[in-house]
Amino acid sequence: MRRNGAAAIAFNLVFSLFMLGPIIVVIGVAFTPEGFLEFPPSGISLRWFRAILDNPEFITAAWISLKLGVAAASVATVLAVPAALAIGRGRFAGRDALQALFLSPLMVPTVVLGIAFLRFLSLLGLNGTFTGLMLCHAIIITPFILRLVLASVAGLDRSVEMAAISLGARPLTVFRRVTLPAILPGVIGGWMLAFITSFDELTVTVFIVNPSTTTLPVRLFSHITQTTDPLVASVSAVAILFTVVLMVLVDRLYGLDRLLIGEGKR
Amino acid sequence: MSARATRAWLLSTPALILFAVLLLVPLLMTFLLSFNSFDFYGGIGSDLSLANYAEVLGDSYFYEIFGRTFLIALITTLICAAIGVPQAYILYRMSPLWRSITVLIVIGPLLISVVVRTLGWAILLGNKGVINTALIDIGLIERPIRMMYTSGGIVLALVHVMVPFMILAVWAALQRQDPAVESAAESLGARPATIFFRIVLPQAIPGVLSGSLIVFSLSASAFATPAILGGRRVKVVATTVYDEFLNTLNWPLGAAIAMLLLASVLVVMLSWNRLVERRFGEVFQ
Amino acid sequence: MAFLELHSLTKRFGAITAVEDLTFSVERGSFVSLLGPSGCGKTTTLQMVAGFETPTDGRIVLDGRDLSGVPARERGLGIVFQTYALFAHMTVAENVAFGLEMRKVAKAERTRRIADALDLVHLSHLEDRYPRSMSGGQRQRVALARALVIEPQLLLLDEPLSNLDAKLREEMQLELRRIQREAGVTTLMVTHDQSEALAMSDSIVVMDRGRLRQDATPFDVYEMPQSSFVSRFLGKSNNLAARLGESGPDGAALHCGNVVLHGPKADLPPGPVEIALRPERIALTGPDGGKLRGTVAERVFMGNQWLLRVETEIGDMLVMRYNTGRREADIGETVGLDWNPADIRILPAETNPA
Ligand SMILES: Nc1ncnc2c1ncn2[C@@H]1O[C@H](COP(=O)(O)OP(=O)(O)O)[C@@H](O)[C@H]1O
Ligand SMILES: [Mg+2]
Repeated sequence: MRRNGAAAIAFNLVFSLFMLGPIIVVIGVAFTPEGFLEFPPSGISLRWFRAILDNPEFITAAWISLKLGVAAASVATVLAVPAALAIGRGRFAGRDALQALFLSPLMVPTVVLGIAFLRFLSLLGLNGTFTGLMLCHAIIITPFILRLVLASVAGLDRSVEMAAISLGARPLTVFRRVTLPAILPGVIGGWMLAFITSFDELTVTVFIVNPSTTTLPVRLFSHITQTTDPLVASVSAVAILFTVVLMVLVDRLYGLDRLLIGEGKR
Repeated sequence: MSARATRAWLLSTPALILFAVLLLVPLLMTFLLSFNSFDFYGGIGSDLSLANYAEVLGDSYFYEIFGRTFLIALITTLICAAIGVPQAYILYRMSPLWRSITVLIVIGPLLISVVVRTLGWAILLGNKGVINTALIDIGLIERPIRMMYTSGGIVLALVHVMVPFMILAVWAALQRQDPAVESAAESLGARPATIFFRIVLPQAIPGVLSGSLIVFSLSASAFATPAILGGRRVKVVATTVYDEFLNTLNWPLGAAIAMLLLASVLVVMLSWNRLVERRFGEVFQ
Repeated sequence: MAFLELHSLTKRFGAITAVEDLTFSVERGSFVSLLGPSGCGKTTTLQMVAGFETPTDGRIVLDGRDLSGVPARERGLGIVFQTYALFAHMTVAENVAFGLEMRKVAKAERTRRIADALDLVHLSHLEDRYPRSMSGGQRQRVALARALVIEPQLLLLDEPLSNLDAKLREEMQLELRRIQREAGVTTLMVTHDQSEALAMSDSIVVMDRGRLRQDATPFDVYEMPQSSFVSRFLGKSNNLAARLGESGPDGAALHCGNVVLHGPKADLPPGPVEIALRPERIALTGPDGGKLRGTVAERVFMGNQWLLRVETEIGDMLVMRYNTGRREADIGETVGLDWNPADIRILPAETNPA
């Protein structure tokens, strides 16, 4: 393949700076010793990282986000894998409609989803509960898992399952010993993408949390819209670090590009 | 029903129940809510009328908000296409090592919370922000340029948030092309620019189109970025709905605005798809 | 009563009839091939025997037991799939062990049987490898060992050699036959490759468009095709339209245009027929000898033989000559074609040529 020319390399450099700029700025600001936002920081201080410990509401929120992400991604995976097996295995009446329904959360503006969940949950008196939040997140992230598992199912050789059956395996054994291991990369990739999506979700969540279930993005958002002190930057810096670790992990395990394009593991 | 169809429906049932109860029903209820009346003392009424829609469609204030929202989305989409196409092509031509590093840099931010990324832009764009301070320090300007609380600032940050989607879509399209076509064009005497515009770009068009659709619809319904960078001064549809629901507490009016947003996004999506299929259906499948 | 019997087996997918009224049987211990062009319903037939497709009509009887209603899992058949269908996340030994595990075979016996099966396919040294690190031929052997280790009553092979390159394919033909004999297992193989079917089978069932066309030994199918389709599908053949005259004691007169040829006695009524003559049964003589005169239009050298296309009065004839190291007739040369009249096959005229 031909190489990129000098202009292309320069373009790539400028663009990379553009993409990294805001992130670097947030991290830089977090290290300021001052009481206001400054960049570049006049010195290096961990003052604002220590301040996180004095503001337990951020730690509580991060904890809730973590639990929420794990629970929602797991519930969505348990629901999406059988659905993907059904949809990915050839035609049946109603298949296209089912697939469209399960992918529809990607089409509906998130703010519309947010108010719809708010309306529904508050009528049931479930608004702000962890369970309500978790089920709503499960809906929003199901499409991500479904797409990746569908791609794995498409790459599945039906005759491998037939081989297992002909050797005497029962349906559940076939699934556990043959089908699941074959689609596992897609399932794990889908779970991780779903977890990250849930962990970062703001627009829907902001409508359906209450003070006791406030997630990290919502906490950060409401803090930023009131004041911008270096505390939000240090919390954000920690969140960035967490995401970068996850990101590198996902990239090693699955390939970031294929995960986000929604293709199966080759 | 055949045995296979029965099995498929059984496997889908758990997800179907969740989606029916917690997605279809709430959307339907919100649709109905948009026809209810509201008053500040009695709360949400149970009568049904088109009054909320009449209010939105009869007020130039809302036209301005919808107009601004879609203009911001349109400009964001155009800029994303202008930047994303060359960047995807550059990525496509990189050596595997550089490519995996660059993917982490240019696509990785997608996984970082939008709130955090927008905070970065707020720090950069403020009157005492990084950009203004730097410009004043070098002496290029005397007074800070106002970038916070402007549509321009929102577009800039939205481009940052959305451009990875465009790159991914275009890149996916580029990867579907036969790697030998560029060599074939070159062997026939084409120069690099000709190869890009006559061979590569046409094959990337489906990716540009699907990327544009994603970027446009996400930008039109974006919330966090306009909320942080626009505040109360530069309102878009999503932030208006938020205010109606959580500040004014006029849920029926908020629901009507949301339904209009949903309808316009769906109309744009469907007509875009129709257009794409008619123009490109035969060539790209 | 034969070991495996298919009675009037029919399978329809909506409007498509994949298999129609198929009846044949397989003797215990024998190797039978189901041969036909792609899409003729071979795989569908195999899948019905295996239990993965339900017949629309007809019965399958294995060792006196009607298989309808018996699920695939309980049929106890060994199957080798075209793609081998190995479990990619299991080692060779684990792949082979799977069927024994399902049968709850005790550990000690399991180990012994795995060793025996791998020994049979000459793979004992690779038992801890994963399929992805093996060659096509080795994967094929793993698939075979996995199917044979459960000591199946019947071994089903779906195009087992089609994913191998040409040279390996020929080696595996012999190898597969050796393994089948050693294991003594009754085998039904599906293939579209006539040379494979001829080389390996005790008996060949030729199918076309879902229907049985002939069921005989390889020699008989090749030497005594009963239809134009079979004569053309197996090997090369010169097929010509002719009119059958009255048969005399020394054979029949065949009218091809203005030429009258002599053929063996035919069981067909006088009228339109098709005659078939194998290219390797035609000898070349001088321009004035033989039964037909023609001009060499094309000549292909194939190493051990020459293939010539000779234009004659009654149409183009293919002629195959062994390469004996001598010069062969050149393009443009006029030659005579000669053959033994007993080598001509007289077949019913095709009513609907396809
Ligand atoms: N599940 C199916 N649904 C519809 N048609 C099928 C199905 N399976 C096979 N067919 C059709 O049945 C015919 C025979 O197919 P197959 O048995 O696979 O042929 P072969 O193995 O001889 O190539 C083909 O026309 C094929 O398209
Ligand atoms: Mg087949």
